[in-house]
Amino acid sequence: MTDTRTPDQFSAPDSPLPQGPRFGEFGGRFIPEALLPACEEIEEAFAKAVLDEEFRTEYQRLLAEFVGRPSLLSEAPRFSAHAGGARILLKREDLNHTGAHKINNALGQALLAQRMGKKRLIAETGAGQHGVATATAAALLGMECRIYMGAVDVERQALNVARMRLLGAEVTSVEAGTATLKDAINETFRDWVASVDSTHYVFGTVAGPHPFPLLVREFQRIIGLEARAQVQELTGALPEAVVACVGGGSNAIGAFHAFIEDESVRLVGCEAAGDGIDTPRHAATLTKGTVGVLHGARSYQLQDSDGQTLESHSISAGLDYSGVGPEHAWLHATGRAEYRPVTDAEAMDAFALLCRTEGIIPAIESSHALAGALMLGRELGPGATILVCLSGRGDKDVTTAGRWFGYLDGEGELPG
Amino acid sequence: MTTADVLAQARAEGRAALIGYLPVGAPTLTASLDGVRALVAGGADIVEVGLPYTDPGMDGPVIEAAAVAALANGTRVRDGFAAVEAAAEAGAVPVVMSYWNLILQYGVDAYARDLAAAGGAGIITPDLVPDEAEDWFAASGAHGLDRIFLVAPSSTEERLARVAAASRGFVYAASTMGVTGTRGQVGAHAADLVARTRAAGAEHVCVGLGVSTRAQAAEVAGYADGVIVGSAFVRALQEEGPAAVARLAEEFGEGVRDR
Repeated sequence: MTDTRTPDQFSAPDSPLPQGPRFGEFGGRFIPEALLPACEEIEEAFAKAVLDEEFRTEYQRLLAEFVGRPSLLSEAPRFSAHAGGARILLKREDLNHTGAHKINNALGQALLAQRMGKKRLIAETGAGQHGVATATAAALLGMECRIYMGAVDVERQALNVARMRLLGAEVTSVEAGTATLKDAINETFRDWVASVDSTHYVFGTVAGPHPFPLLVREFQRIIGLEARAQVQELTGALPEAVVACVGGGSNAIGAFHAFIEDESVRLVGCEAAGDGIDTPRHAATLTKGTVGVLHGARSYQLQDSDGQTLESHSISAGLDYSGVGPEHAWLHATGRAEYRPVTDAEAMDAFALLCRTEGIIPAIESSHALAGALMLGRELGPGATILVCLSGRGDKDVTTAGRWFGYLDGEGELPG
Repeated sequence: MTTADVLAQARAEGRAALIGYLPVGAPTLTASLDGVRALVAGGADIVEVGLPYTDPGMDGPVIEAAAVAALANGTRVRDGFAAVEAAAEAGAVPVVMSYWNLILQYGVDAYARDLAAAGGAGIITPDLVPDEAEDWFAASGAHGLDRIFLVAPSSTEERLARVAAASRGFVYAASTMGVTGTRGQVGAHAADLVARTRAAGAEHVCVGLGVSTRAQAAEVAGYADGVIVGSAFVRALQEEGPAAVARLAEEFGEGVRDR
């Protein structure tokens, strides 16, 4: 008899797994002294909130009634036929309200911000999914909202910019540096240091200074908790592997965390290899990066020998980040999880395959996990069950995909 | 000379010290070295040599633009030592201001060793809190360097005590909650922060962020041991050149004596 009760969202106080600020040698708090009190305040408020029945009930109510949780677990039989006979199961975070896993975290942090008496939310966004999720939470709870987005991403994710503005958020295009996600994070920190009395920074991924890697993980671990019960219910056993895409790593930590102590379950993170890891144009931080400090935490990052951050590249804005969360660094260093590079081309092939075999248009981010599952399935052979976190849907990526496959020209018009 | 010696001497003269910031490599390495010499010629007591970094989260647009320019022309971390030597030869006490990852990648002890050899007196660490600074305590101790940590208006008494105890040389008090850049006025909490930091045990407290006029320098000199000026010098060097830096340093030098 499998346990089908709604699993408890938050880690047990006696969990043997790291709870920050350190994940092995990684993590910590490399921040200006000015922001230290705010980080401590969030840490304390979160520790109290998770023990407060009122907070838990309200958060779970919103997950059920607003987000639509639990998200489905879908069989993908026609897609699986291309994966060496492995049985691929999709955890459908794409069906969440706003179209991705990001809303789990944004709502949780917005509720926490309200408890702390903050009136305003700020956030960075890459693909725009976290920005949309934060703007949505702000609208729902009646809070002010400003989203920082790299100018390059504003251009390639125009639809999400419009969505954020429709939801009442101000969107600031960041021209500094490489004008992508890392620069949006810098700009959000600059806002926060000047506005911290009234403002909460809704960090979007499991990176940044403590307690953000812990906080975001705790709000995302529902993915793996639900999926673990759903897979057991469906198959009577644990999966052979859990596969997720990794940029900063929030959906992957969310999917992995409930399985870390299940030693038989392989945890596979798929990083964006862009044009290939033998070129300079990729975002494969764990595969090719080195240890350093970026955006407040010690982890792996893409950097030169001086410690200057190197520009990342991926067709997927959500994975186009030079850093990665410290808990992934720990899982990588200890060997508990493995991280594989997936190129733009491999991801787009998997994207097209899922569209045509299952009638699901995935986010390009999630397509990296799908490509990883195809490779892994061929390695594991028939009979293996592979759980894939389908972290988001691809509506936002239609223009990018249309250009890639030649349905649209460079201007977004039909060719010919 | 350590920074504490300079600050004590200024105090004995009945004035505050002038601390000027310039990033190495902007607009070019040569021009930045000329800028450093001009700062000292104009009267800066301590020179803060900034190391350009790709992700300067504590800096406003003027210093970030200078960092982008410096990195674009190939400036390396080791070029900071040339600026340190230039400042020391010109007669000022040099310190380096750097985001922590650059020091970490060089090797904390190796950096401390090479900085001391170049005549540097210490490092200002804007994104390192004492809680994460174990390696730096060891290296600064071994090579006799000043550890200059920051405090801010948001700092609690407990944090002020922690930072004051961890620092050597002086404590850098951020006048306002925000990033570097010129401002119309220095934060209203700055004087209070300096008093609280002294009460928490700091011997010397210098104030930075937003000091951009002679009048502001005079105001800050009324309660702080040193007045830190950054963006105003950076802008002068990028837009007008070393002579403008020297003139501005003279002006601020009058300010810190006019308290």
